[in-house]
Amino acid sequence: MPGTSVHVQQLTKRFGATTALEDITFDVGKGELFGFIGPDGAGKTTLLRILTTLLLADTGRCTVEGFDVVKDYRRIRSISGYMPGKFSLYQDLTVEENLKFFATIFGTTISENYHLVREIYQQIEPFKNRKAGKLSGGMKQKLALSCAMIHKPDVLFLDEPTTGVDAVSRLEFWEMLQRLKAAGITILVSTPYMDEASQCDRVALMQNGRIMTISTPREVIRNYPLSLLSVKAGDIYQLLGELRKYPGVHSVYAFGQSAHVAFQKTKLDKDTLSGFLKKNNHAVVEIEPIEATIEDCFMELMNTPRE
Amino acid sequence: MKRFRGFVIKEFYHIFRDYRTLLILFGMPAVQLMLFGYVLTNEIKDAKIAIYDPSGDVVTRKISDKILSSGYFILERNLNTVAEIDPVFRQGNVKLALIYEPGFAGKLEKTGKARIQIIADASDPNTANMLVNYASGIISNYLVSMNSEKVPLQIVPEVRMMYNGELKGVYMFVPGLMAMLLMLISALMTSLSITREKELGTMELLLVSPMRPSQIIVGKVFPYVFLAFIDACIILVLGNLIFGMPIAGSVFLLLAESFLYICMALSLGILISTVTNSQQVAMMISLVVLMLPTILLSGFIFPVENMPVIMQVLCHAMPPKYYIIIIKSIMLQGNGIAYVWRETLILAGFTAFFLALSIKKFNVRLS
Repeated sequence: MPGTSVHVQQLTKRFGATTALEDITFDVGKGELFGFIGPDGAGKTTLLRILTTLLLADTGRCTVEGFDVVKDYRRIRSISGYMPGKFSLYQDLTVEENLKFFATIFGTTISENYHLVREIYQQIEPFKNRKAGKLSGGMKQKLALSCAMIHKPDVLFLDEPTTGVDAVSRLEFWEMLQRLKAAGITILVSTPYMDEASQCDRVALMQNGRIMTISTPREVIRNYPLSLLSVKAGDIYQLLGELRKYPGVHSVYAFGQSAHVAFQKTKLDKDTLSGFLKKNNHAVVEIEPIEATIEDCFMELMNTPRE
Repeated sequence: MKRFRGFVIKEFYHIFRDYRTLLILFGMPAVQLMLFGYVLTNEIKDAKIAIYDPSGDVVTRKISDKILSSGYFILERNLNTVAEIDPVFRQGNVKLALIYEPGFAGKLEKTGKARIQIIADASDPNTANMLVNYASGIISNYLVSMNSEKVPLQIVPEVRMMYNGELKGVYMFVPGLMAMLLMLISALMTSLSITREKELGTMELLLVSPMRPSQIIVGKVFPYVFLAFIDACIILVLGNLIFGMPIAGSVFLLLAESFLYICMALSLGILISTVTNSQQVAMMISLVVLMLPTILLSGFIFPVENMPVIMQVLCHAMPPKYYIIIIKSIMLQGNGIAYVWRETLILAGFTAFFLALSIKKFNVRLS
């Protein structure tokens, strides 16, 4: 690795009685695209706010590009770009005025760094005289990313940039992040969407203020300890209930219209399960073995008691 | 400096794109001035009176004439019996009744003494008081003119109302209005505009930028200094042109003091925005904690000297009070800084105190 960009060691943060972050330790290499994946309340936003010097941790140490988040917070503020989870641009300013404003307060101009944001900004440039509040969700995100990028940051912190954005815009957004990564920018991004994990170089799966695992997405899936069957049937709720009672089944979760049944290879196979379901009047049953997804891994990690 | 300019430009965009802000900024001074000038006046003009004059002689007619020609009173009706007095007041139009005793001129001639009863509708005590004063003033004036050649010994008080000869209300409300509006615009508007950034989440972005908190704050309040200053000028010009409010002293000193007062109010606004994150709370604090005391405790409407001691102490802690004292002194008495340096220092002290407090409380982080 060409060096460390973000270093976090034994970070803890409490808000009153609730623990937002507990014993967080990780490193992000320069130029890496690093994802924090977890549901709401996992502590992703708090973590990003600590890294962007907006919040102070209770204990632990963090550095960004070698600068301490407490002592050197002013240095960090000029080398990092931040995109908060909530859309936080000036809704009564136009697209162009917003971009210009953020360029100005970082002491630069649009033309100076236009090459950085060109690919993103070009898509919203036809609407540059429209008020930011009147943009669609996807366009807002593109504008917010442009504003976070306009001062050529070394590190980019993105808090749930794809939440509330349609599927096509989400895909486009990740393509943009890949391009920024290719330009050498370190990117830390949080998301509640498990399917976006594969876009990251490495991911940290988070739950209740803890990091359950840090690995490449491929590694996370390879470490999945169980076998999986996808079962489709008409009445998914009844199906879930019956599958959970069946001996040898480790866990069952609903994934859209199908159920993912996890089991240990030695204890169960496809034919036994399909026979059992047929006997119990689940006439239309589609059953097939599948690869684990990040979400399966997440569910399994959630259920594994910590040592 | 370029950063600062960009910031101020952005702030002006916010103000000029929000018509409600504009309305408050420029509509309010004009409307308030008109309201106080034309509607909420406590000067007496054409108060309706009733007269019961059973003697109807030369003297009583002369007195009634004097009273009715004064411009303060007009005759609603002549009463025929004492019994009519009560119903005529109940109808509500008549504010004052004059009752002469029978054989008025004869008694005055013989005993040197005759009685007039003045009855006033005191459901509005201030007006009643004023009406009674005017009426008895006119009567005693008449008495003096009647006696002038007969009585060798008399003391004639020559009253002169300094600085406001005609006891005009405008001399009181223009300074009060300036204190109130400048406070409203400066404190309310800045506290709202700062808390709005907090509510929208843009404060988060400003904080992670390399801008210093002081730059953010100054950038945010700078447009309001400018706008409040324009407002001060609007009130002064309108007050002068429409209501004849004099500016006896130096205009420059007046504007400089207003500038100081605006800065004081702005620092209060900043202070408010550091203690709350919501626009609604900021508005409540500005209105309840700032506006009401400005109106009630600054001596604008109610004289401080008549309040209970504890309230008087409270009044001394009200910055608008000093501003009103200063500008009255400049506008009406034409005084220079030599007469108001103490109040000016107090205002400056308030400003420094509020600023220091808000800088101490302003967070470079989110919590």
